[in-house]
Amino acid sequence: MNRINQKLQEEHKLLSIYFTAGYPKLNDTVAILENLEKSGVDMVEIGLPFSDPLADGPTIQASSTQALENGMTSNILFEQLKDIRKTVTMPLIIMGYFNPMLQYGIEAFCKKCSEIGIDGLIIPDLPVKEYNDLYKTIFEKYNLINVFLITPQTSDERIRFIDKISNGFIYMVSSSSVTGAQNTFGNTQKDYFKRIANMNLKASQIVGFGISNAETFKQATSHAKGAIIGSAFVKQLKENGINSIASFIKKIRTS
Amino acid sequence: MKYSVDKDGYYGEFGGAFVPEMLYPNIEELRLKYIDIMQDADFKKEFDALLKEYVGRPTPLYFAKRLSEKYNTKIYLKREDLCHTGAHKINNTIGQILMAKRLGKNRVIAETGAGQHGVATATVCALMGIECVVYMGEIDIARQAPNVARMKMLGATVIPALSGSRTLKDATNEAIRDWINNPVDTHYIIGSVVGPHPYPDMVARFQSVISEEIKKQLLAHENTEDPDYVVACVGGGSNAAGAFYHYLENTSVKLIAVEAAGLGVHSGESAATSVLGNEGVIHGSKTLLMQTEDGQITEPYSISAGLDYPGVGPLHAYLCKTKRAEFLSITDDEAMQAGLELCKLEGIIPAIESAHALAIFKTKKFKKDAIIVLNLSGRGDKDLDTYIKYFDF
Repeated sequence: MNRINQKLQEEHKLLSIYFTAGYPKLNDTVAILENLEKSGVDMVEIGLPFSDPLADGPTIQASSTQALENGMTSNILFEQLKDIRKTVTMPLIIMGYFNPMLQYGIEAFCKKCSEIGIDGLIIPDLPVKEYNDLYKTIFEKYNLINVFLITPQTSDERIRFIDKISNGFIYMVSSSSVTGAQNTFGNTQKDYFKRIANMNLKASQIVGFGISNAETFKQATSHAKGAIIGSAFVKQLKENGINSIASFIKKIRTS
Repeated sequence: MKYSVDKDGYYGEFGGAFVPEMLYPNIEELRLKYIDIMQDADFKKEFDALLKEYVGRPTPLYFAKRLSEKYNTKIYLKREDLCHTGAHKINNTIGQILMAKRLGKNRVIAETGAGQHGVATATVCALMGIECVVYMGEIDIARQAPNVARMKMLGATVIPALSGSRTLKDATNEAIRDWINNPVDTHYIIGSVVGPHPYPDMVARFQSVISEEIKKQLLAHENTEDPDYVVACVGGGSNAAGAFYHYLENTSVKLIAVEAAGLGVHSGESAATSVLGNEGVIHGSKTLLMQTEDGQITEPYSISAGLDYPGVGPLHAYLCKTKRAEFLSITDDEAMQAGLELCKLEGIIPAIESAHALAIFKTKKFKKDAIIVLNLSGRGDKDLDTYIKYFDF
């Protein structure tokens, strides 16, 4: 069974962390992952930086720009991760935009992910239909889960469709916004969380965008299986460095 | 219809709608409604009336006698430079503001490079009393101050794009991010035949009035609707799409697309996407774009801000790949000389974008009796500063 699906069967609420590979320093990737695992994080999204990250707010944009300036590429990331399964056992997902993967070659990219032990991909700008028509068989061949997104604007009908074709979890975007930290969630978002919970979907939902602290983590996971922290973690890395990872995670967990 | 968009939004292998799920409802709403809205009798009536009475259409098809004599062929200029606001851009913004109204949107956003599309959007928003926000790269804001002032006078809010290279590409990213943040009340008026389906097709249809008029006007001049060549400059490609549109299926009419070579195609400072680009995804569309081996989008360069875009629209990628259109590239220097030449020979100061199209006559030879229609997409008022500096007037 894919590590993501094993993880989803665990009882507790899952904490997933996003960080941009190659940031703050080019070669921080492995150290960040090992620290996250030691800190008790359940799952990680490794961001493959892109020059034009349309769905990201200022924090992740800036980290992507810096990572590219540091020299991060798909090949370098794969090279850094080649022995990662010797030290890290949690599910690992690569999150990135479609164009760098397209240039690498989708099959070659998936093959490499599979060799390293990557469990899934999140590609925000790869439409569901394109994935189904062109790439689904390749992902399946390499035992990779493609994670789809839903948002407050996604219709019930489309959510049902996405649920049907999801074989891992659904990435539930918390609000109509690009990525970025928020201090609390409003009633609109809470209503949306409830609406989705009441749909009794087959796939677990993990909430992302706007989760930054113990409070937002608790709110987001009141109905969903887990939540993803991205911008707030990236900001934390920038300000306090890799050694602060354990205390950051602890603060979220003691909610 | 070989060169029309297919039901999935593709021209051959180019096009599609590579947008994050957050924008799916917006794009889907537009996709389902745009054709019906455009074909609605009331819409057509309002669109046509505004083009006639507000934009000043039809624009003349002018036989450029002295230019023709110099190059020993027959050159007609389609005078889009005479449109209100100084370029063809307003054909599209008039269409899209009417579309926005029918979609019930009360806020409009746009991206702009040199500011022409921003001004054309601010203009139609003022006309309709709709809130307007224009994203413009911080660097472009500094170098296009008069257009920034125009937009502000017209009531628009101009927001600097501070990310990435702080030019058109990044202004487009910021506009898309705004749309993600405001998906319900906002319509995004894209300025060229780029972006996710249905934008390339919708913008091409709004611009197709250019070739619709050329056909009628050429019939009066030459007793034929069909020239031997249609020539237009290509950045994203909206003026070329409009000038080519009604000739796409008629292969007896040769199409010439002119890109900006900047300091030279292989100088590292160029915007000649058809030569330097390869297939990839930019701003929601699979097309030809300039990028690194690793799939990072690279910065183009041209003296002309309107051609300074790292991709081309998917229709043009297809015309290039199928060789339906011939793609040529013209350097900054060639364009500037050709612009000045049109001033001296015809008393017309062209936009530097359009001057790229004019520059092909120096190297490409045409038969004496060949009929060439060149789309003069914009006037040069906005470029006076660049002309002054370049020629040291």
